[in-house]
Amino acid sequence: MIGDYTYDQFFSILAMQGFAGLVLFSVFVLMALGLAIIFGQMGVINMAHGEFMILGAYVTWGTGLFVTNFAPALFPIYFFVAMALAFCASFTLGVFVEWAMIRHLYKRPLDTLLATWGLSLILQQTYRSVFGAREVGVTLPDWMMGSLPLTDIIEVPINGLFVMALTTLIAIAVALLMYKSRWGKQVRAVTQNRIMAGAVGINTKMVDRMTFGLGCGIAGVAGSAFTMIGSTGPTAGQLYIVDTFLVVVFGGAGSLIGTIASAFAISQAQSTMEFFLSGSMAKVLTLLTVVGILMLRPQGLFTLKIRR
Amino acid sequence: MSSTTSAAPRTFFGKDAIAFIVLAALILVVFPVALDIFRLNLVGKYLTYAFVAVGLVLCWGFGGILSLGQGIFFGLGGYCMAMFLKLEASSPENTAIQSTPGIPDFMDWNQVTELPWWWVPFNSFPLALIAILLVPTAFAYVIGAAMFKRRVGGVYFAIITQAVAAILTILIVGQQGYTGGINGMTDLRTLLGWDIRTDSAKLILYFVNAVLLLGVILIALFVKSSKFGRLLIAMRDKEDRVRFSGYDVANFKIFVFCLAAAFSAIGGAMFALQVGFMSPSFVGIVPSIEMVIFCAVGGRLSIFGAVYGALLVNYAKTTFSESFPELWLFAMGGLFIAVVMAFPNGLAGIWKSHVEPLLPRLMKRLRPPAIVSAPTKAPAE
Amino acid sequence: MTFDTETAPKDFLLAVEGLTVSFDGFKAVNDLSFYVDENEIRVIIGPNGAGKTTVLDLICGRTRATSGSIRFRGKELTTMKEHQIVHAGVGRKFQNPSIYEDLTVFENLELSFPRGKTVWGSLAFRRDREVIDRVEEIAEMIFLKDHLDTEAAILSHGQKQWLEIGMLLIQKPDLLMLDEPVAGMSVAERVKTAELLNTIIKQHSVIVIEHDMKFVEDIAHRVTVLHQGKVLSEGSMDHVQHDPKVVEVYLGH
Repeated sequence: MIGDYTYDQFFSILAMQGFAGLVLFSVFVLMALGLAIIFGQMGVINMAHGEFMILGAYVTWGTGLFVTNFAPALFPIYFFVAMALAFCASFTLGVFVEWAMIRHLYKRPLDTLLATWGLSLILQQTYRSVFGAREVGVTLPDWMMGSLPLTDIIEVPINGLFVMALTTLIAIAVALLMYKSRWGKQVRAVTQNRIMAGAVGINTKMVDRMTFGLGCGIAGVAGSAFTMIGSTGPTAGQLYIVDTFLVVVFGGAGSLIGTIASAFAISQAQSTMEFFLSGSMAKVLTLLTVVGILMLRPQGLFTLKIRR
Repeated sequence: MSSTTSAAPRTFFGKDAIAFIVLAALILVVFPVALDIFRLNLVGKYLTYAFVAVGLVLCWGFGGILSLGQGIFFGLGGYCMAMFLKLEASSPENTAIQSTPGIPDFMDWNQVTELPWWWVPFNSFPLALIAILLVPTAFAYVIGAAMFKRRVGGVYFAIITQAVAAILTILIVGQQGYTGGINGMTDLRTLLGWDIRTDSAKLILYFVNAVLLLGVILIALFVKSSKFGRLLIAMRDKEDRVRFSGYDVANFKIFVFCLAAAFSAIGGAMFALQVGFMSPSFVGIVPSIEMVIFCAVGGRLSIFGAVYGALLVNYAKTTFSESFPELWLFAMGGLFIAVVMAFPNGLAGIWKSHVEPLLPRLMKRLRPPAIVSAPTKAPAE
Repeated sequence: MTFDTETAPKDFLLAVEGLTVSFDGFKAVNDLSFYVDENEIRVIIGPNGAGKTTVLDLICGRTRATSGSIRFRGKELTTMKEHQIVHAGVGRKFQNPSIYEDLTVFENLELSFPRGKTVWGSLAFRRDREVIDRVEEIAEMIFLKDHLDTEAAILSHGQKQWLEIGMLLIQKPDLLMLDEPVAGMSVAERVKTAELLNTIIKQHSVIVIEHDMKFVEDIAHRVTVLHQGKVLSEGSMDHVQHDPKVVEVYLGH
């Protein structure tokens, strides 16, 4: 017996909380992938990343409304369309922001932090003015509701599985893009030696812009996934930004595997502890552990030893 | 000899002395004379943020260490003061209607029946004063030592401090029974039996605050003009070179971070005294990053600029959010972007590049009457 | 590999023994041993990627050795912190001029003056006659006497290199390590630098990394040739120039 639970119940709770953490995990992974790509590529921290996510969430919500009102027949598959649109919206905004702001600040990473924070305030207020201060919720198609029973006690939510599968696909796609494609090779070349990459004919400015856009676009998809676990409001993105940074830093910047592993560890720890503690204490403990580990091992979990 | 000028060390006499006198005249004479007590109290509140901004000039402007968690220290200082005031306001006579008299009201509401041990020292005013300085500084030391000894800096440091600010806020909000939760510690009435809510008390507290701020500015000017100040600039520029010139860089960073934390803590304590409450909304991510913008607007390299920055941005915030609340975030966001992209040295930078060159001309224009009355005529210039 | 301090020869200024550092499996320096005498001018040469700069990094503590020992006057450096190594008497100049651009030449030199190196010491530090005289003396040596109040940012590349050398000299180190001191200099500057180095080497032991063979020939007592993290050849300039292994490495590919 553990507390009031039998072992059976205890492990079932662990398993259920684990699955419940999957959606959180997916949001973390998608958010962190975008952030890690941008940070790894240009050493730029995008404080408005959460707002890019929320843009994706609003687009998903808007698409849902549109389909319900004008093409109800498409409702079962609207989520896929919404995700594509969310990506496009965030990508476009990302490219614009890179052009208007970020490219002038590459040599001053700390200043980028402040400037993108300013951007996040503006975006928040824009959402509030356009969509209202009230939080909005997304209606899921029927097939995504409900859950699959695994055992008598353990049930797996279908939307969790769906998001999970989608995240895996995106993570694989990103990995292929970064490590197998010609474009990915250019990105890595610019990361390692910007001047030399430019000298051998890579358009480094375009690579920067597309990378920033891609990172933001993935955040938009994260926003789509986010609509399943939280309601979308103007300031919802801000709550995630610190967690996401910790995920990126904890995993070791520049390591995709590390990012995914740390997203998994943090989301599962938080989700599991939430069942036994109050939500706020679970979060405090998780973040405190991460910060504590980072103080002992600042380079993160996965990193290469290189000559500075 | 070309070296005669360089032999004179940079001191805070000269330009800084004039700036200091102007600022002192402004906050000690002009504001108290020109403003009614309600407005003066507001200015006093703004000035508590100037403590943080001055610390940030040393830490961020000179040392290049951007802390996005100054709210931690402002908050800890403020809470230490608020805890003392709260205990004084929660005497058994005042709280007779509670199920456990003699403890703060929020504890009683949350079924806490005994004062927690870590609250006990705050029954004593001297101990509370020590805690105001010591708790935030010690906390800064722990964070600073852990990070700087391991050579964590730049963006990483900023993010970690921000995370700590987030954690502290969640903790304070979550532990309602011990901290007052999201509402914070309200209803603070007296300091050693002296009612701090009266107009005369507010006036006196304003002056205490102003004098403390001027003291902090003097300390900051001393640090800036010492070799330590030049080392901060050197570390910002070429950290390795400083290290290989025989300095233990981490110690210098820890010191300046702790100093900035101590400054912020004094500001926080004076905030709690003047405003009469303290809440987590002055601790977390948003207030912390706003404190950076006070410093950035004033000029990250100017101690005096930071004070004016804190005054101006807060004044604008009050005015804007009273009349156009929806525009305030746009304005604030725009301010962040503008100050970073167009005016990286803030108001002080604009002053230096645009106003200061005009001053001699202005002086000349003002002088003619004096010259006419003088017995010897100045040769034509 | 460990070495007992008792048995190690103590009359060397610097004894590097079995030094190895590996970056993720790649051994940038591999079981390297060499010895530097008091008042010796040692030049390290070698093709790109031979590990020259890494060796200096290891000696001054910038990079930590995977194994092996570095003893300076009998003191083990591998376990000391960077600033302690400096206090022990080792000064290091970086490949790219590393100076404080926002400070004046005077202030650059002053910060290297060996006093007030702690937090409190730097707060209490006063610019007295001793400091001023010493700074001026060094400035004279590095041809920057007329630029004491100049902001370092606007110095020429060569002047920056000199300034950094001056910053080392004011520390009064026993061993000076210079990483490509004449790289990127004009011919005139090069001549002046050789002159400067010739004054310096009368009072210090020096380790220099350099590619310019003419320059090496001028100053070197002994030359160590590094290749793939190991000593390929060592001896007089004449000796290494005719060593078939060295010829092979430089010309063979």
